[in-house]
Amino acid sequence: MVDSITRQSPSREQFVTFYRQMQLIRRFEEAAALSYQRRKIGGFLHLYIGEEAVATGMIAALRPSDTVVASYREHGHALAKGMDPKAAMAELYGKVTGCSRGKGGSMHLFDTSIGFLGGYAIVAGQMPIAVGLGLAAVQAGRDDVTMCFFGDGAVNEGEFHEALNLAKIWNTPVIFVCENNLYGMGTALARAHAVQEIYRRAEVFNIPSERADGMDVLAMYDVARKAVEHARSGNGPYFIEAMTYRFRAHSMADPELYRTKEEVARWRQRDPIPRLRAQMIEQGLATEADLNAMDAVVDRQVEEAVRFAEESPEPPVEDLWRHVYVGYDSKDMT
Amino acid sequence: MTTTAQRTRTTSYVNAILEAQRQLLTADPNVFLCGEDVALYGGVFGTSRGLMAEFGPQRVVDTPISESGIVGMAIGAAATGLRPVVEIMFMDFVGVCMDQIVNQLAKMRYMFGGKATLPVTIRTMAGGGRNMAAQHSQSLEAWFCHVPGLKVVMPSNPYDAKGLLVAAVRDDDPVLVIDNKMQLGMQGEVPEDLYEVPLGKARVVREGTNFTIVATSRMVQEALAAAEQLGADGLNVEVVDPRTLQPLDIETIATSVRKTHRALVAHEAVRFGGIGGEIVAQIQEEAFDYLDAPVGRVGAPFSPVPFSPALEALYVPNRDTIVTEVRRILGKQV
Ligand SMILES: Cc1ncc(C[n+]2csc(CCOP(=O)(O)OP(=O)(O)O)c2C)c(N)n1
Ligand SMILES: [Mg+2]
Repeated sequence: MVDSITRQSPSREQFVTFYRQMQLIRRFEEAAALSYQRRKIGGFLHLYIGEEAVATGMIAALRPSDTVVASYREHGHALAKGMDPKAAMAELYGKVTGCSRGKGGSMHLFDTSIGFLGGYAIVAGQMPIAVGLGLAAVQAGRDDVTMCFFGDGAVNEGEFHEALNLAKIWNTPVIFVCENNLYGMGTALARAHAVQEIYRRAEVFNIPSERADGMDVLAMYDVARKAVEHARSGNGPYFIEAMTYRFRAHSMADPELYRTKEEVARWRQRDPIPRLRAQMIEQGLATEADLNAMDAVVDRQVEEAVRFAEESPEPPVEDLWRHVYVGYDSKDMT
Repeated sequence: MTTTAQRTRTTSYVNAILEAQRQLLTADPNVFLCGEDVALYGGVFGTSRGLMAEFGPQRVVDTPISESGIVGMAIGAAATGLRPVVEIMFMDFVGVCMDQIVNQLAKMRYMFGGKATLPVTIRTMAGGGRNMAAQHSQSLEAWFCHVPGLKVVMPSNPYDAKGLLVAAVRDDDPVLVIDNKMQLGMQGEVPEDLYEVPLGKARVVREGTNFTIVATSRMVQEALAAAEQLGADGLNVEVVDPRTLQPLDIETIATSVRKTHRALVAHEAVRFGGIGGEIVAQIQEEAFDYLDAPVGRVGAPFSPVPFSPALEALYVPNRDTIVTEVRRILGKQV
């Protein structure tokens, strides 16, 4: 954990930004879940509900030119990096106005203009890609950094180890953020990991690493600033293990027999949003009325995003063959 | 080797796999199952539900998310006498363990002068149609048919799913069993006892006289529906299901074509470079003098699988695309 000496109090403005951001992610996903139940969204829908403090706190330490990659559970990261909720929701709906023109869906959000370089659905597949993003910034002489988000399950793939080693030997500015929500699908950490303190995995690569409270956006922001400062000033990669929990099933529905209701309830008590809300009231940074007004703004934004997605057109038929290659369609190759 | 079992009843494709696995575990102490979430969770598709409770965690093994490690481990275990059944959850993930499958598993017997025997079965799930997008929907069977040393099986119904899996596990060579996720709920007659559907034997699913459709996996049902529709055109279509793609039972296919004089191959995989090209080539080698028309192919467009439900519906071949292609071939008939 970050020691209290390095901890600076964020301004009221920052509190407000964190609150709005987490609430936007939460309400966006609640709306998406509803649309899924109404069969307006198909395929997979991996909700980030409960984990919002991680993406929010981490990405708040970045600037627009920095890049982010994440897994298939990436709605929160995309929104935190500045994705228009309309473009994100339309993507979930598979509409042409979506950020990936409806071709990617929930697991494959992407927008280079905000530095969100994608959601990837092959576990750990995004990790070496993050190293390349970091390398490119260095070679171009920019001091941009890359943040790479992945789950606890991803650290057992070979690509995890290859990426950490590459990042270190080339001194690339990559901040690895392991979102340890204690389960990879239905498999608990203890059943799949030789070393359960995942941050220790970075030690063998000589990458500085630490654990942080992923249910506390302020803690995440603290550690994020430290990590970003480290990477941006040319010291190479940094590794953070955020201890967090997904409140919902792995994808929209699973029987959740792998964990107890009590455990879920216990973690729900640490919900990062009410926690921040209480802190803001306690510290006199906002009143209930202020916060409710913020919620109302977020709700309108989400409603707009849903309406936009629903009213948007499907991709045109030609899109089937477009974007396979640069400059020409693959239609004649069928 | 097909034993005609007495007692049969209607059950689902998933249940057929589950039953095959249970009976294989019971019958042979050397058989064990392993894969991500196969044990406690019972498999994300339910194909090993309850088996860990029945056979214990040593014979039904949950693994970390480490496809390369899992397949490699299975090779080692098989080399000294066990019969591992490895589940690679989605076929797309074979990308992560191609080295172990293609460079190790497929090569060892030959490379070591016939002294290694590797009875490894790899089960995986292919196919689009569920809006799972580019990284969870592919049909990659052609990759493996191209590699000497591997056998490749693609069942099209519950009866074959069980019988082919049993034959695969009892086979002394590596076998990939590729199921299609859209078939999991399919109902069919399945014998209660353990039985084999022999590898390398095609099946004439529907007898006909003047057109042959060779269809794999899920396309068998589509071909049968197309055959009904084509009856109106005065065609009496024969449908042949190869069931095993490597080794390919070209004799059954060629016999059919020699009778009908016209043929088409339908699969769900991308048409270009698909197994259809190989089958067409072998048909013209074996039955050129009998052909009255060019042999057609139906497959997916040359693009990744799009998320957009609207585009995906156009992407995956179906009865209509088969009917259209048959009519096109007949229009070109000399
Ligand atoms: C290479 C690969 N193997 C397996 C899967 C199937 N799968 C999808 S998510 C998942 C669990 C991942 O767990 P974790 O990394 O902890 O992320 P979380 O879902 O908990 O956020 C698995 C096994 C996959 N998508 N890719
Ligand atoms: Mg996890």
